Amino acid sequence: MIAEAGLALLWLAASLALLQLALGIIGLRQKQDALLDGMRVIAGMQGLLVALSFCALIWIFLSSDMSVKLVATNSHSAKPWLYKLAGAWGNHEGSMLLWVMILALSGSLIALFEKSLSREMKAATLMAQAAISVGFYAFLLFSSSPFERLIPAAKEGVGLNPVLQDPGLVFHPPTLYVGYVGLSVAFSFAVGALLTQQVNAAFARAMRPWVLGAWVFLTLGITAGSYWAYYELGWGGWWFWDPVENASLMPWLAATALLHSVTVLATRDALRAWTVMLAVIAFSMSMLGTFLVRSGILTSVHAFAVDPERGTFILALLGLYIGGALLLFAMRIGAVREGKRFELVSRESALVVNNLFLSVILGLVLIGTLYPLIMQSFDKQVSVGPPYFNLTAGSVTLALVVFMATGPMIRWRHDEAQAVIRRLIIPIAVVFVALVGVVVMAPGISTLSAFGLVLSLGVGIASVAPLWRRNLRRTPLFTYGMVIAHLGVAVAMAGMAADSAFMKERLIALPVGGRTDVGPFSVRLAGIEPIVGPNWTALEARLEVARGARNLPPMLPQARTFTSPITETSEAAISTRWNGQIYAALGKSEVNGRWQLRLWWKPFVTLIWFGGILVALGGVLALWGRLRRQAVAEYRKGWG
Amino acid sequence: MKRIWLWLPLGLFTALFLVMATNLSGQSKRAPTSALVGKPVPRFSLAAADVSRPGLGSASFAQGKPRLLNIFASWCIPCIAEAPQLMKLARAGVPIDAIAIRDRPEDLARFLRRYGNPYQRIGNDPESQVMIALGTSGVPETYVVDGRGIIRHHHLGDIRADDVPEIIEALRAAAR
Repeated sequence: MIAEAGLALLWLAASLALLQLALGIIGLRQKQDALLDGMRVIAGMQGLLVALSFCALIWIFLSSDMSVKLVATNSHSAKPWLYKLAGAWGNHEGSMLLWVMILALSGSLIALFEKSLSREMKAATLMAQAAISVGFYAFLLFSSSPFERLIPAAKEGVGLNPVLQDPGLVFHPPTLYVGYVGLSVAFSFAVGALLTQQVNAAFARAMRPWVLGAWVFLTLGITAGSYWAYYELGWGGWWFWDPVENASLMPWLAATALLHSVTVLATRDALRAWTVMLAVIAFSMSMLGTFLVRSGILTSVHAFAVDPERGTFILALLGLYIGGALLLFAMRIGAVREGKRFELVSRESALVVNNLFLSVILGLVLIGTLYPLIMQSFDKQVSVGPPYFNLTAGSVTLALVVFMATGPMIRWRHDEAQAVIRRLIIPIAVVFVALVGVVVMAPGISTLSAFGLVLSLGVGIASVAPLWRRNLRRTPLFTYGMVIAHLGVAVAMAGMAADSAFMKERLIALPVGGRTDVGPFSVRLAGIEPIVGPNWTALEARLEVARGARNLPPMLPQARTFTSPITETSEAAISTRWNGQIYAALGKSEVNGRWQLRLWWKPFVTLIWFGGILVALGGVLALWGRLRRQAVAEYRKGWG
Repeated sequence: MKRIWLWLPLGLFTALFLVMATNLSGQSKRAPTSALVGKPVPRFSLAAADVSRPGLGSASFAQGKPRLLNIFASWCIPCIAEAPQLMKLARAGVPIDAIAIRDRPEDLARFLRRYGNPYQRIGNDPESQVMIALGTSGVPETYVVDGRGIIRHHHLGDIRADDVPEIIEALRAAAR
């Protein structure tokens, strides 16, 4: 019953989306305000219905209803409840429902809370949002229904991919999806602005909080995903340039650029066309990512349900929405008056350069991700790997962070080059001293890591410099947000550079009682023991770790075998210290009674994720600051 | 002039869309052949990429028996997919040499441990120089080289299970 109710709710929501679209078209044509106001109610209800439908799916998973095909193929009644819950979105159909739910809820939020837009523009935005929804509802209902029954019902489910049986999976996909799909709001705003010809500062101010919100979630999702891959895959790396990772990075890069250009538009009324373009690109990247991941068109370690029919469906939606928006852009943007101009040395220019660098990185990642696909059309299978991405995207990132540090030190509209350099004298001096230091102390490290280390120091100092000699209590919250986010970038970069420059690795086969060392630590394999879990068995190694004469807590990496389906995974043991992490993974046993061990000492690797969290925190502060200022302004207007 | 720029994003997207559409329909089955087929292996000499195997030079080839030359890397995902086929060929007695592209010794050692080591010699090509000389467009690619050091067959992309007969046939033809 619950499954049928869920399906019915979904159909109802889909018809409301269609109605919302129709009302928008008619209302905007005939300029009927009543129809346009009606759209808001419908958008609100549509969100509620999908949310209820999603609750139905969660209910089915929690109660292990094996008569539903999706539950039988992805869950198991012996599984802990948390993973049953995560199972609801740990598969293609369920995650698409989550995707559509966030899309509909974003529409509801615009309908209920967006007050600064004109009635006409708000209706156009809701219409665009409905247009996107209709396509994805159709996709869900016609080719990926999560509520399909299995007749006869299965006695027991066949489990969940054991790699996905991890607390990280409970939070990681929803966070990332809120980010991905939240960007649809920026897309719809852009389409709405093009339709109503209202590309101006007010539009940018209205769009900014939505972009910030989606960007915060995207940042958190990527950071969490990176840590998840790091501890779960057992390969000791934190970023693999896998197509699926790139699919999450590309919307983030576009959203980051958008965040900065929207600020220029909001503050100075410049960069009109560019901002609209970025808003379209950001969500297009989300949709492209969805397509790449789910069509099975690229080889990836993140395998999803591969189905050419689904691929064709999403590709058609991609063509419709991205193509449609770009067509609208080409036809309408010419009518938008050019925004204000600015001088060469100005905050605006720095932000333009920032945008250019971000776009170049986005382009490089996009080319690297799609190159295998393009070669595939000529029937060639090729792989573009870390050597390409690290070299190209890595070097441009170094240039980008220099401008990131410089930008906030330059005044809006017009500034003097010498004055800017004077303000930056301390970070510049630190960079030079640090560069000499690195060359003398660690001559062997790669150029990229060396510059990464040195620049992260300089950029770190420069990012807090905007607070210098300011009244800290009267500094607006969004300025703190910027400072913390920029500092986060420097911190994360320091972690990446330190890890790649000073990481120590040991691949060894040890007998029980054998001893080895990694970095400054000595490691002894004290024993191997079998362990039994709820739906897995494991061999657990007991590693005694010591630094000099001092013993550290033992590490217990496991090689797990899940029972249904039978799958082997490696559960790495990670020991976090103030200056880095020791990472141990247990491999296979060899014939002569030795055990394969992979050990890493990763100095300051934790800074990568700490930096990511700082960046997201900066976004939260900025969002809070902006919303508070908006609320105060509205309150005053109400009284004036 | 400015108008044209506005249409550029749409044009780029259309091109990309077509590429993705042809990929999905899987209709493009034109396999271009390398211009180097029928020509000798270009002269090169590479140091060992892994401690377990010696390095590789063009001199290793003209020694009377046909050999496979596999271009691969530990960071390449299709290379993982073709590893079982190469292991099968190696077990069947096919001599296989390899060039590792832009690789690091520790990554390579891990790859070989994990997916098997079918190679007799592995040359290290950190700057892709030999790769370019061979006209290789990406990793993985495989060449069949006959006993006189002449490239007789070129396989683009990963060797799948259904490609194995074709490779074996090419090796037979090269032995004649």
